[in-house]
Amino acid sequence: MSADTTSAIGPVEGTAYDVDNPAPYIEAPRKRTGRTPRATRGNFEMAAWLFMRLSGVVLVVLVLGHLLIQLFLDGGVSKIGFAFVAGRWASPFWQVWDLLMLWLAMLHGANGLRTVINDYAERPNTRLWLKGLLYTATVFTILLGTLVIFTFDPNIR
Amino acid sequence: MPAGTLYRGREGMWSWVAHRVTGVLIFFFLFVHVLDTALVRVSPEAYDEVVATYKTPIVALLEYGLVAAILFHALNGLRVIAVDFWSKGPRYQKQMLWTVVGIWVVLMAGSLYPVLGHAARELFGS
Ligand code: HEM
Ligand code: HEM
Repeated sequence: MSADTTSAIGPVEGTAYDVDNPAPYIEAPRKRTGRTPRATRGNFEMAAWLFMRLSGVVLVVLVLGHLLIQLFLDGGVSKIGFAFVAGRWASPFWQVWDLLMLWLAMLHGANGLRTVINDYAERPNTRLWLKGLLYTATVFTILLGTLVIFTFDPNIR
Repeated sequence: MPAGTLYRGREGMWSWVAHRVTGVLIFFFLFVHVLDTALVRVSPEAYDEVVATYKTPIVALLEYGLVAAILFHALNGLRVIAVDFWSKGPRYQKQMLWTVVGIWVVLMAGSLYPVLGHAARELFGS
């Protein structure tokens, strides 16, 4: 039953013809075998793809709700001022809302911009610098926004 | 344009372009927006002074543009998600795009007065 060495059927395919196996059995392409490394590539891009969709669904509620409150209800922009913000951040609910919105929108937008840079910046050096700038600005903005929510002081003056 | 192209130059491509442009614009706005909100940690006066510019007629127009960008990006984003996860999504992508555009037009018309009303009153009196 052993396949001879000139046969096109390699060791991966296993034993060839047989009474129970009348036709040659061919492995599915890229089938994992004992010799395949456990992870042949990372799943980062897939996670990023999924994150864009999951965060997108949540952002619809957070951002459209935010816009409704800031621009549409109670006189629109006219009412905004320090006192208005103090009133809103007195409530943990809106603090958590803004915090979640800050993190999700910044990460969603930064990942989107990463895609855009990958698409248009072709020279390795340009890509490196643009992404460095993007990541620096993103980390800075997220940290600053978080700090502002947590350290807000209505009696600053 | 090469023959037999199903995608290039058609609705799918232009909605993708618009999704990309609006996404980048919103990101840049958000960066500036977190900086201006951070002024609440400086002083109430500094914050109120900057927010006052948000209430001028020209910036009101920009706010209307921001609403336009976000509404399109949000609605079309939901369409992209439906194309990816709903088994019939790809087949109805075109109908869904026109649904998105239709809802967007209605919401933009409804936003005219709430977002621009105060600017109109300032410009034309009353
Ligand atoms: C022109 C339209 C907008 C106005 C007038 C506005 C107004 C405000 C105000 C007054 C605050 C202070 C806190 C509060 O009241 O909740 C705030 C915070 C915030 N807004 Fe907006 N907003 C606008 C659009 C947006 C958009 C489109 C986004 C998201 C993409 C956004 C994201 C945020 C975030 C993340 C915070 C928290 C900032 C921080 O952590 O320091 N805003 N906004
Ligand atoms: C309001 C709810 C939102 C939804 C439903 C949404 C949905 C999406 C989806 C599904 C994608 C992936 C598109 C693709 O892979 O082809 C995407 C891309 C993107 N989003 Fe959003 N998004 C939202 C809000 C935001 C916000 C607030 C920002 C900015 C801070 C933003 C910036 C971007 C950018 C820059 C891209 C990349 C565009 C590209 O690669 O062409 N999005 N969005």
